[in-house]
Amino acid sequence: MKDLLTMIFHDANTQWVLLGTMLLGVASGVLGSIALLRKQSLIGDAVAHAALPGICIAFLFLGEKSLIVLLIGATITGLLAAYCIQFIVSNSIIKEDTAICLILSVFFGFGIVLLTKVSQSSAGNKSGLDDFIFGQAASIVGNDVKLMAGAAACLILITFLLYKELKVLTFDPEFAKGLGLPASFLNFLFLSLLVAAVVIGIQAVGVILMAAMLITPAIAARYWTNSLSKMILISGVFGALSGMIGTLISTLSVGLATGPFIVVTATFFFVISMLFAPERGLVMKRVKRIQFNKKIKEELVLQKNRKGGYHEL
Amino acid sequence: MHTVEVENLTVAYQKKPVLTNVNFTVPEGKLIGIIGPNGAGKSTLIKAILGLIPKACGEIKIYGKTYRAKDKIVGYVPQRGSVDWDFPTNALDVVLMGRYGHVGWFKRPGKRDTEIALESLRKVGMEEYANRQISQLSGGQQQRVFLARALAQDALVYFMDEPFVGVDAATERAIIVLLNELKEQGKTVLVVHHDLQTVREYFDHVILLNVNMIAAGPTEEAFTMENLHHTYGGKLAFLNKSQVMVEQK
Repeated sequence: MKDLLTMIFHDANTQWVLLGTMLLGVASGVLGSIALLRKQSLIGDAVAHAALPGICIAFLFLGEKSLIVLLIGATITGLLAAYCIQFIVSNSIIKEDTAICLILSVFFGFGIVLLTKVSQSSAGNKSGLDDFIFGQAASIVGNDVKLMAGAAACLILITFLLYKELKVLTFDPEFAKGLGLPASFLNFLFLSLLVAAVVIGIQAVGVILMAAMLITPAIAARYWTNSLSKMILISGVFGALSGMIGTLISTLSVGLATGPFIVVTATFFFVISMLFAPERGLVMKRVKRIQFNKKIKEELVLQKNRKGGYHEL
Repeated sequence: MHTVEVENLTVAYQKKPVLTNVNFTVPEGKLIGIIGPNGAGKSTLIKAILGLIPKACGEIKIYGKTYRAKDKIVGYVPQRGSVDWDFPTNALDVVLMGRYGHVGWFKRPGKRDTEIALESLRKVGMEEYANRQISQLSGGQQQRVFLARALAQDALVYFMDEPFVGVDAATERAIIVLLNELKEQGKTVLVVHHDLQTVREYFDHVILLNVNMIAAGPTEEAFTMENLHHTYGGKLAFLNKSQVMVEQK
């Protein structure tokens, strides 16, 4: 424990990793809650998987590992995947779930092919690109965090500024269009934000588990509130806590990957919320039902007694 | 003064026409019923006028001008089933959405907007439910919230897509009273409607539609047995019933 505290307060490296994973938690928590309500969480999954070929292509072009270039590559193929899904859905009879599956596997498969090619080359052998599959939080350094912080701040600012527009577009797209909002522009903008949130997270959590960071904090937050703004806030907090706690646990146990721990922590928040949230949680629902039944029984007994008393008179 | 003018409107979904050559004009300050069987293109007509779906050809004018949503003179009540009522928000918040067009980009609705939203809720008899989570409202209450949202838009022309579907008789009456109030204020209301028995009672004008436009005009002139036959085609058993009802009037 003492080691852990020393690490947190004195080891700059651990501090950067902690800050990085918390930022990724906030960004994916905030964007994830809107994506969840727009039923676009799985598009986030496809986008995350589609980041892999972009990372590989960027590396092949550049020949060295520069995070910002790799992430730009990830952004481009991620956006392309999101666009392909929307294109398929609006121009064919293929449904969204099928389109997502199709695009996810095609892009990820292509990414794996490229990854194999990269690791066969001499430079690529030690590139560590395969870290992007499951994430490698320990590799986060100060410059990466500055990049992540900048991107996360942009995401949160845009979400805050366009909160009202995104809200009405999510709840009632037809009405939003009727108000004169540019729906297709806002849809594209939101997809771009979602892609950015994914890209912020893949270094630490990896392309496979990134979708969990979009879905889990958001669905956990939904249990605690009936207000969109609070849901976004809680989801961001759950995301940040998951990032922090996951990182701390993996720091304690040497040799265990951070990304999966972050996801497991988020899942823990979800289970707690599902069981114990006031009103919506399973336990409270059961308790309320029992109380209600008891009250009805008592009232029936009272009525009976009253009637009984009347007859005696 | 014509509030809505539609000329040669044709709408197609992937080569299949769903509305062909629709022409009508709507006078100011009237209740207009849009009548026709399922798949006749009633909702499509509304959406095409509002610019929610692209039209193949034709011209649409509202108050003499090509309509643009930013003019803020049109209010819209979509079908209740078109949204997810488990969305995390309350009734007042939904009604406030009617003010978003007036509030402008990036800004939040202010105190005045909240007052208007509460007033709109009061007009539909829902002020007690302002803070109620929308999933806990009954179907009729959800419909009233949608109406209140349109009222909060403070428009000149209202388009309502099946506001009477799935509501009880009391709510239907309340909505009709409200529509008549709007009419008295000089507003024009176009309503997609299904129940032929109440058409004569509710509407000043009708538009009879079945992909083609069958008839449009004052109810007594356009809502005739012959036009209904054209609109509903071979559905005879159903029509005979309404025949009795039309002739009784």
